[in-house]
Amino acid sequence: MNKPSILMRLFPASGLKILNWGLAAWTAIVFVFLYLPILVLIVYSFNDTTKKTTSWEGFTFRWYVELSQNSTMISALKNSLIIASITTVASVIIGTVGAWLLHRYQYRFSRLIQTLVCIPMIMPEIIMGISLLIFFIVLRMELGFVTVTIAHITFCFPFVLVAVQARLHGLDPSLEEAALDLGARPLQAFWLVIVPCLRPAILSGALMAFTLSLDEIIVTFFTTGPATRTLPIEIYGKARVGLDYTLNALSTVFVVTTVVFVFFSEYLRKLGARK
Amino acid sequence: MQATNVTNATNAATELPTTATNHARRPKLFGWLLIAPMVLWLALFVVAPLIILLVYSFCQRDDLGRIVYQFTWENYARIFDFENPIYLRTLWLSILYAGITTALCIAIGYPVAWFIARQRETVRNRLLMLVMIPFWTSFLIRTYAWITILSHNGLLNGFLEAAKIIPGPLEMMYTPFAVVIGLLYAYLPFMILPIYGSAEKVDDSLVDAAHDLGAGPFRAFSDVIIPLTWPGISAGILLVFVPAIGMFAITELMGGGRQPMIGNVIQNQFLKARNWPFGAALGIIFTLLFILAYAFVQYRASKQNHNQ
Repeated sequence: MNKPSILMRLFPASGLKILNWGLAAWTAIVFVFLYLPILVLIVYSFNDTTKKTTSWEGFTFRWYVELSQNSTMISALKNSLIIASITTVASVIIGTVGAWLLHRYQYRFSRLIQTLVCIPMIMPEIIMGISLLIFFIVLRMELGFVTVTIAHITFCFPFVLVAVQARLHGLDPSLEEAALDLGARPLQAFWLVIVPCLRPAILSGALMAFTLSLDEIIVTFFTTGPATRTLPIEIYGKARVGLDYTLNALSTVFVVTTVVFVFFSEYLRKLGARK
Repeated sequence: MQATNVTNATNAATELPTTATNHARRPKLFGWLLIAPMVLWLALFVVAPLIILLVYSFCQRDDLGRIVYQFTWENYARIFDFENPIYLRTLWLSILYAGITTALCIAIGYPVAWFIARQRETVRNRLLMLVMIPFWTSFLIRTYAWITILSHNGLLNGFLEAAKIIPGPLEMMYTPFAVVIGLLYAYLPFMILPIYGSAEKVDDSLVDAAHDLGAGPFRAFSDVIIPLTWPGISAGILLVFVPAIGMFAITELMGGGRQPMIGNVIQNQFLKARNWPFGAALGIIFTLLFILAYAFVQYRASKQNHNQ
């Protein structure tokens, strides 16, 4: 096994270089694979055609106008944004406080609690969906806004908790002690000293909760009622029928928002790193 | 940053929880009161629903589809009916599709993750952002994008015809091929990010040492790099394999329901057939499968830790 491989023998010095070029080429191909469909989607949102085909007929903003006048889409978007916002706020509160308590106190069941927190993160979405559906029905709760929001909070807050926990592990424990020594009450110490230190983690956890909630379909599918349609449910219903250029327009809006989002959070991260 | 966030989340899921820090105190009443809402929330909306799901899977239903609380094995007997194994076949197919997707994600994503991890920091961050944008874009939208490409009058057919590679349009939508493409496209970033998280931590000198000790590139890869990046791979497997089994939206959109997966069958039992107990039994079997996959990954991880 100690003999150098054929590749290394043929190109003794440049073996690694060749490997590197190969990796670079492969990465480029994968990025094309990742971005080409999105690009196609965006280009076709400007296609001026009435047919359900993919032939290019000219440039238009028609689909965007149509999208802005589509009241079911708009109300679905509104529902999604409201649910995602409530979910994010609740997740940040539960997740941050939970992470802090699990960090500060050694509960008798700490490990059990930690495992419980992990379950909604890793559990298959469909299992969560059907089990919550049965649960809500057994409790005779009406499916709709409240049930969806409860479901979303349940799978979103653990992500905030884990993000904050990772940050807490790197935190100097003497920070809190110093605050307490200087006369701060425990709640003051938490709010004035610990929370500011955790801000980057809270922020990225919040971002994660928001996007997870906005994009979720499986759990939503089972826990929502006919009156509360979210955007993914609406998109799914339309995409099942086939090509629909208003969907392309909507997707373009979404992708552009995502790109702005990612750049913005990267900017925040850099800002945080500089401090 | 999100990438680290995802890696943290997935690693927290695959590694054993470490909560006890040496300066942690025993909680008094106040501490218990504060944690109580979260624990209650989890008990109410995670544990209780799962228990009810288990109970339901042993119940019967009446002719109107209402639940009858009477014990029966029948729902499970129907799944494990070896004379007429339609549900076992569906289950197997779902596992197969998810398995193929996971394998392809590793094969395609690993080199990318490794390449990104070996770059200078500025280049690395830019490439990572390129992975993150599709990661954060709605997977429904990304699946829909493929309909434009793969449909009968779609771009790929147009391109292949114009290039005279095929005489007429191929039927690519609503085939197993389309399902795998859809799943692969949706989950690839979920494999790249955690593997990147592990690959970034691999010390270059370890790889050099392997070379110095006479290992060829393949042996260095299999004996040094793979074990060191296993946490990322296993997190990726959990993030891709498990969701892919139950993902009915993609199989429905790309497969057109011609290839029913376990997710589609469960969804059907709850919404159309209205046989909730049977749907619950299917759900329980799926949960057991998931626990098995999870235990496997944990076992491999603990073995790896042991070896190091």
